[in-house]
Formats: sequence, C-alpha cells, structure tokens
Amino acid sequence: MPGEQVFVQSATGVDLTLNIAGPGHRSYAFIIDWHIRLLLAGAWLLLTGFFLKLSLNARSHDALLSLLPAAVIYFLYHPILEVAMRGRTPGKRMAGLMLVDRGGGTAGTTALLIRNLFRLVDCMPALYVVGLVSCFFTAQRVRIGDMAAGTLLVLDDAAAEQSLTRLEALAARSRLPLDVLELLDQIIDRWPDLEPNNRLLIARSLLARMHPGGDAGQWSHLTGSELRARLLELRDGAATATGAGSGDV
Amino acid sequence: MSESTDMRAWIVARAGAWRSMVQSITDLRQRRRATVEESLNAVEAYRGLARDLATSRRLAPASRTTAGLEALYSQLHALIGRKPRGGGAALLALLRTDIPSAAHLLRSRIAGMACLMALGAIAGWWLISAYPTLIGLVASEEMIDHVERGHLWTEGIINITPSSILSVRILANNIAVSVFAFCAGIFLAIGTFYLVALNGLMLGGVFAFVHQHGLAAALFTFIIAHGPVELSVICVAGAAGVALGESIARPISGTRRDSFQACAHEVAPLLLLCAALLVGCGFIEGFISPDPAFPMASRITIGSCYWLLMWALLSGRLFAPPGAAQARRRRLNSS
Repeated sequence: MPGEQVFVQSATGVDLTLNIAGPGHRSYAFIIDWHIRLLLAGAWLLLTGFFLKLSLNARSHDALLSLLPAAVIYFLYHPILEVAMRGRTPGKRMAGLMLVDRGGGTAGTTALLIRNLFRLVDCMPALYVVGLVSCFFTAQRVRIGDMAAGTLLVLDDAAAEQSLTRLEALAARSRLPLDVLELLDQIIDRWPDLEPNNRLLIARSLLARMHPGGDAGQWSHLTGSELRARLLELRDGAATATGAGSGDV
Repeated sequence: MSESTDMRAWIVARAGAWRSMVQSITDLRQRRRATVEESLNAVEAYRGLARDLATSRRLAPASRTTAGLEALYSQLHALIGRKPRGGGAALLALLRTDIPSAAHLLRSRIAGMACLMALGAIAGWWLISAYPTLIGLVASEEMIDHVERGHLWTEGIINITPSSILSVRILANNIAVSVFAFCAGIFLAIGTFYLVALNGLMLGGVFAFVHQHGLAAALFTFIIAHGPVELSVICVAGAAGVALGESIARPISGTRRDSFQACAHEVAPLLLLCAALLVGCGFIEGFISPDPAFPMASRITIGSCYWLLMWALLSGRLFAPPGAAQARRRRLNSS
C-alpha cells in the first residue's frame, strides 16, 4: 500500500483518506494507455490504408478519413476518455487509479480539460520529464496539469471493497478471531503474487501456529496447492482452530 | 465480551448495509442521472458509512475491514459530490457568464498583448527593411524563393493540397500555438511574452519582405479574411497566459498553487472559445483566403464580420439575457 495519504474533511466530520498514486503508478497507467491509443490509431490506419485502400498521403482527400481519425485517437484519447469516464481511462482502471478533485470529489469537465491542456508543458522537453520531475518533488505527487486543474491521482482500492463483503460472509461462518481471519484472507488473496518459497514458508508457519499442539513438521511435506487448500479450509470455517489467538499469529 | 467478538458481531450486523451500498454505488456510478429518492438514500448511506468507518478505525485501525470501508467511503463521497453534466444550460452559462467575465478580467492584458504584438511587428518591419538578408530568420527557404520569383507562397496552394486538409492542418497548428501561448505563462509569463512578440516580429518581417518585392497588397488580400481573428485569438490566449504567470509570481489569495489553480479555472473558458474561433479561422484560411475567386470586398466583409462575432462573444452581448441591454443603458444614464 502507498505511504502517502491525503486527509480531506467531509461533511460528516469523519475525514476521508485518499491514497496518493506515486510516479510508478502513474507511469504504469500511462504506459498502458499509450499502448492502447497507439494500437487503436495503428489499427485504424491499417484498416483504412490496407483494407479500404485509402491513401495515407497527408495531402490527399483521403487523409480526412485515414490520417485525421488516427491523429484524433492518438492525441485526444486522454481528454475524451477522462471526461467520458469521469476521471478514469482504461489504463488508470487497470492500474487501479482514478482522478479526483482536491476535496476527494469527482473531477469536473473543466478541471479534466485543463489537466490535459497542460500536457504540453508536462511532456517537455521529451518523455514527460517535466511532469515526472514535478511528481517526484511535489507533496501530493502531482504534475503541472494536476496543479492547474486541482486534481489528484489516487488509488481506487476495489480489492479492499470486495474483501469487505467477503469478510462479512467469513465472519458469520468461521470461529477464528477476526484478525486471524483477515490475515488468512489476505494471504489467500495474494497467494498468486507471493514468491513461491515465501508463500510456502508463510503458510507452514501460519498453520503451525494455528495448531499449537500438533507436530510442527507435519506441514513440511505438503505442496503449495495442499497448503493453500488447508488455508482455505481454515478461512472458510470447515476446520476450526480454537485457541489460536491473534497474538500467536 | 472481547473486542474481537464485538467487532465480529458488528461486522455481521452491518454487512447487509455494506453489501447494498456496494451494489448501489456500482449502479449509480454507471448512470448519468439519479432520482431524488436515490440521491437521498445515497446521502443517508454516506452518513451511516461515516459512522461505521469511525467505529472500524477505533476498533481495528489496520484491518481489511477498515480499508474496505475507507474505499467505499471515498467512492460514495466522490459520487455524492459529483456535479451534474450541464448540457445546454452549461453551454449557455459558459457563453453568457464565464467567457465574458474572463474576458473582462483580462481586458487590460489583452490590450497589452496586442501592443506587444504590434511592437513586435514594427520591430520586424524595421529589421527586415534595414537588413533584408535577415529574412531567413523569420521565413522559410521555400517562402523566400516564392517571393523572389514574384509570387506569394500561398498562390495555387489549393491546387496542391485540398482545402479541407489545408484547413485541418492550419487549425491544428493555430490551436497548438494558442495553447502553447497560454501554457507558457507558467514560466512567469516570459514564455508567453516571447511567443507573442515573436509572432509579431514574424508578421512585420514577412510584410516588409513582401513589400520589397511588391507583394504586400497580395499578402494583405490573403490574410484579411482570417488574420484579424487569428491574431486577436493569439493575443487573448497570451493574455490568459500572462494572468497565469502573474498568479504564480503574485498570488492574490492562498498559496501560489491555490492562486495558479484558481486562475487556470477562471481563464480556461476563454481557451475553449479561442479553440472554437481558430477552427473557423482554419476553414476560412483553407477555403476562402487562397481562393482567387473571392474579391477583396467579400474578404473584408468576412474578416470584419468574424472579428465582430468574436467581440460579441467575448463581451457577452451575443448571448446576453433579455433586458440586459436596457439595464446597461439605464446604468449608463444614471451614472
């Protein structure tokens, strides 16, 4: 999870916490978007140039149907999609990011257009150097366009939202302490992303602590998928581990 | 009972409400409009969620439950604060209020930019008149060749490039110049001054050069239909850029960042108008200006009418509410 957060006062008196996206998240989303718009523009050129046999010469009439739409896709991808998707683009969505205003609200159309206008400055002299430098040196990791528009790029934690509803079902079924249940849920959730050796170690250590009376070596012969199955059983309440306190784990 | 048991019971009790909230947030996010009842329900859910989040932060600050509630709370916060898409009413407000007020705010700077451009043009004229060999600084080799052979580079251009393509290229270039004149304002307006003065210098220099070859009248004929608005728009965008630079150098309220943001939002509507006007200029420059079939009188009429339209849009007179003219007259009489 990110280290940087912004706290916004809300009308309810309970502050809103926004997790700021750093330069890495930004670059990741931008690279995805860049590939998408490049592919779309390229696909259009391919369609018009090779299949519809339109001329790709910039001085011919055909350029209105071949080159112009490709240029529009490439250059207006960000402003059009950000406005249409209310602060998101496919790249931002895949990277789990969204644009909000400084109050945590949905960014308005004017703000999004201003943000995109200043790409001209942010991309100078090349490869978004100005924008990246600005992200590294500003407190809220914003580029010049964000400063002008008053927008923030924040993490859109959809996984946490999903785990909330899942946890409720687990809490109702399982007799495990809640913090243990959360830990189990998190390990299972992140299982594919963890290093194979590390996840085996974590799973064995967790299972050994959950069964304090048993033989600690009994888990060492289990394979990764077997260990995961045991963890799933524990989480879903099929097996109970009474007496395993949160402090033990 | 332990705190963990309390928390479990609380999660189980509240889970139904959270589930329905997740569902309604997903629904509302995908829709453009919500009914009054749905909106009120969302506000009520927001209040409930704030209470739940406060409880969760107290009982289990670093838990996934809290993280999930934080995510839900921020989504609902954004959803409730979402401004409606304005449509026609927003466009009318833009034309009736936002653009005229921004133009009024920038009027002295627009005049200043016009003076700077005029000074640049005079300097360019003098420079090329005194040192004709310096024309290479402000004109391309191709342009110089054409003029030295006794005709403008614009002659016969529509025989080479279709007007539609020419228009698109010209308008894209002009919009880029105007946007750059605006954005360059963040360098304490120095970039904007440079750009506007350079445009003036090039205009004066090219006019001096074509005058030396007896083609000044032909160039005037070419630019009179689109030039007045095109040059005015560069001045307006430059003025917006200067305001931006000034907001950073001399912040009026709050921090420099606040001032910069407020100024960008205030002058942004003008940029939209500039872009729209430049689209018109591009079409005039692509279809009318290079076409010898259009006589001088019609070019002057088009140029002056288009400039008047720009002025009417900037002053807000074109979309003024009914009765605004009488109110203005009464105000003038009373003063």
